Amino acid sequence: MMTAPIISFKDFSFQYNSQTEPTLQHLNLAIYPGEKVLIAGPSGSGKSTLGRCLNGLIPQSYQGTMTGSATVNGHDISASSIFELSMDIGTVLQDPDSQFVGLTVVEDMAFSLENDQQTQPDMQAATTKWAQTLDLTDLLTHRPQELSGGQKQRVSMAGVLIDNSKILLFDEPLASLDPASGKASMALIDQLTHDEDLTVVIIEHRIEDVLQQPIDRLIVMQDGAIVANDKPEAILRASLMAQLGLREPLYLSALKLAGVDLADCTHLDRLADLAVPNLTATLQQWTAGVDLKVPQVHADPLLEIDQLNFGYDPQRPIIHNLSVTLNRGEMISLVGQNGTGKSTLSNLITGFLTPQSGKLLFNGQSLLDQSVKERADQIGYILQDPNQMISKTLIFDEVAAGLTLRGVDPDEIEQRVLATLKVCGLYEFRHWPISALSFGQKKRVTIAAILVLQPAMIILDEPTAGQDLQHYTEMMTFLTKINREQGITIMLITHDMHLMLEYTDRTIVLGNGTILMDASPADVLTNDAIIDQASLAKTSLYELAEQHQLNPTEFVAKFVQAEREAR
Amino acid sequence: MQNQLLIGYDNRHTFLNRLSGSTKLLCFVGLSIIGMMTYDTRYLIGVMVFSLIIFHFSKINYRDIKFVVNVIIGFSVLNLVMVYVFAPHYGVTIYGTEHLLLGSSQHYFNLTTEQLFYEFNLLLKYTFAVPLALIFLMTTNPSEFAASLNKIGISYRISYSVAIALRYIPDVQNDYRTISLAQQARGFEMSKKAPFMTRVRGSIQILLPLIFSSLDRIEVISQAMELRRFGKGKKRTWYMAQKFKSNDYLALLCVLVIILIGIGLFKVNGGRFWNPFN
Amino acid sequence: MQNKQSTSIRTVVATGIGAAIIFVLMKFVAIPTGIPNTQVNVAAGFLALLGAIFGPVAAGLAVFIGHALNDFVTYGSPWWTWIIVDGLIGVAFGFAKNRLKIEDGVLGTAKLVWFNIYQVIVNFIGWVLLAPTGDIIVYHEPATKVYLQGITTWLVNSISVAIIGSILLVLYARTRTQRGSLKKER
Repeated sequence: MMTAPIISFKDFSFQYNSQTEPTLQHLNLAIYPGEKVLIAGPSGSGKSTLGRCLNGLIPQSYQGTMTGSATVNGHDISASSIFELSMDIGTVLQDPDSQFVGLTVVEDMAFSLENDQQTQPDMQAATTKWAQTLDLTDLLTHRPQELSGGQKQRVSMAGVLIDNSKILLFDEPLASLDPASGKASMALIDQLTHDEDLTVVIIEHRIEDVLQQPIDRLIVMQDGAIVANDKPEAILRASLMAQLGLREPLYLSALKLAGVDLADCTHLDRLADLAVPNLTATLQQWTAGVDLKVPQVHADPLLEIDQLNFGYDPQRPIIHNLSVTLNRGEMISLVGQNGTGKSTLSNLITGFLTPQSGKLLFNGQSLLDQSVKERADQIGYILQDPNQMISKTLIFDEVAAGLTLRGVDPDEIEQRVLATLKVCGLYEFRHWPISALSFGQKKRVTIAAILVLQPAMIILDEPTAGQDLQHYTEMMTFLTKINREQGITIMLITHDMHLMLEYTDRTIVLGNGTILMDASPADVLTNDAIIDQASLAKTSLYELAEQHQLNPTEFVAKFVQAEREAR
Repeated sequence: MQNQLLIGYDNRHTFLNRLSGSTKLLCFVGLSIIGMMTYDTRYLIGVMVFSLIIFHFSKINYRDIKFVVNVIIGFSVLNLVMVYVFAPHYGVTIYGTEHLLLGSSQHYFNLTTEQLFYEFNLLLKYTFAVPLALIFLMTTNPSEFAASLNKIGISYRISYSVAIALRYIPDVQNDYRTISLAQQARGFEMSKKAPFMTRVRGSIQILLPLIFSSLDRIEVISQAMELRRFGKGKKRTWYMAQKFKSNDYLALLCVLVIILIGIGLFKVNGGRFWNPFN
Repeated sequence: MQNKQSTSIRTVVATGIGAAIIFVLMKFVAIPTGIPNTQVNVAAGFLALLGAIFGPVAAGLAVFIGHALNDFVTYGSPWWTWIIVDGLIGVAFGFAKNRLKIEDGVLGTAKLVWFNIYQVIVNFIGWVLLAPTGDIIVYHEPATKVYLQGITTWLVNSISVAIIGSILLVLYARTRTQRGSLKKER
């Protein structure tokens, strides 16, 4: 069993030229052939930098100071070109649209072979083979705009596997996928690891989702150092995740809530095999001991949608006879598969698109005869990518822009902007350039720029995408606060099942242009047909409840309540 | 819908679709250049008729190109009127004779056969390449385009820049739309009704987010391409490149003959113009 | 800052994405002035920034490709004389890169004034000297007509670059000031 490591870091440190302190500090790491390793850590922990060292972007594309040694498949990273390393290690980047450089699937798969100047027959043979392995045969002539996130990711995988490299590096592979695709993607990676004899390194902070498939080793990073490096079970048992600001698997939190001693548990990393003495009794006892509070009822209609129809091609409607009423003060999640019209629905509400028929009433008044700008005074829409919204360089100016354009008096602008910045926790940065902010802070600036217009409702597209637990919690606490304290109705478009469970009172499931289900989040996730139809995924809490003969809806509701109270 | 970039490439299964992209590109460029050089009316009409016949074989639907044809008509009419307004006697100057149709030679705005003939030539020059360009666009798979450029001698890096442009135009277009709507929601007026300076300011509000997100994108795409060895060798192969077949050589030969006739006419006419008034 | 090979790939990508942006801007953000072929050129403003960041090769090729594709799609066939002139202007804007040093942040008034004088001259050479001459040679159009078009385009493009280009340059430079003082994201 004494094989040599395929990846080896010895006392390795790295500092970007543009930074004042090293991003990676004295790393010692050995990964062996055939291992499947998960590297987790909060943002800024250095996990992405470590990934860049593995594929050679550091030191070739990002310059900096390197000490210690790092080898990948026997090649010293400081002495190898990116091209050489790419034969040893294939990288699947986080953003599938940027990795997909070909005009069609098959061209993108063949991209690296074209650069190696292979002949057309060789390329055809290779693309045919990998298209079969990754189930892309029917999509070969499709353009990237026609593919789903999961399909694009499979193309990215095919495009690097085609080099026959033995190590595969995934940078946040779950970031742009819906729950069902994420699950499928993890299963595919696991299968490839065995079938193709690969070594796999996954960089992710969504540990529960990665652990759906077995992981050999979990490496946790913080502040540029490795703080844990062990079998997942050992790290989970020591409760290191929560201490480091990472989200531990939900079933683990539930066990802790019920007072289970983790030391007594075996197979902590795999719920299906989890064995704990008397667990059923303990859980049932805990469930019986928690009283569910009666949820607050919101019955004052704010936005009434009646028989709405829309399609770019009227023959193929994207929104079909959709009717729903949103009440004042609600916190709603809008979920569903990619491409089922979630964005289309928001665009119809905000006036970016005009419906073919149907009614839209806000506060009892029709929205249809109002312009985009007029609607924006009442309903704010916040895009997923803050970079697409920010049009000024200073925070104050950005937040003030909407008021300035509405001809508000300068004194009032200053007062309202400063008040909004306080609410959003940005007051102390008010004179900063926006470029100096983190992703999460930028997102908050875009929310502030909308809130300052004092809308009655805001719609947010994936408010927590790409943020670690700490930033995620901050963002959601903030949204809950403005929902409670200012009575602003909030609709969240999301793929995150736990966000939907823990923070929203009501879930609207969209599918085939219409509403598949409109119920409490916990009810939605107990409906197997809906989960399947809308590409949702159960969280591990449901499995845990089912394994121990508990009513899943009740158990989840009680868990969420306990978590909220603990916050 | 909006993803359909270059007006409707479709495999219509004609011999034009089977020609390699390089052949069509060479033919198009060759005929364009000779057409731009010559002012021989007979020759221009000949090339025009030839390209219309080919166009007929391409099975392209008129409906698909109606919009472009209208734009070209509008563009040509505007330019022809402008030429007349600025230089109503230009035809007389070129051809050296004056056959009056309307008005007298003393008037600034008179009409001569020479002027009409000159403007007719101009119209031919504006339009003769259009059927060829449409054939090229609508029968060449965009995927093959970069390979074709590379094959006719343009460096593969530049060729790939063109491929990247084609690949990301729909994405940039989407970004542009999203950003523009988000800015409108904040109160930036961008409609055609808005005053001129407001529109200029509005366009900057859209440009900034578009540019900054695109700059990020340039970085990531560059990395993605480098990680897959783009730029490794002095050459690269193309999955979508088509080999030359006998039809390709035949097409090139035909076009070569047409071009040679054009060059021959320069000699015959003693210059670029064919003068029927002598 | 980057090695040679990364820089050359970056140029290829910047050319392609730059061309895509120019295409989209020409197609959707044209603000007409009433003279044929002549509109407020938002793309020209962007070209100034593209040149200042990525240099002559990327800027020249990007505008050449973007303009040619746009002509193909809108007019069916490209108006080569103007496309070539646009490409040359892109190259000229790219040569301003070393002088502006925009990546280092802070674009002073002196540099901005210099750039605007430079761009007005470049636009003059391109639109008043080269483009009309090309049109006369190729299309044999009357001089008065093409020179009027050329002068209008020169004025419009110079003003577009002076307003839109200058604003973009200043704002971009402002985002670069953090260099060397980046703190960790927390």
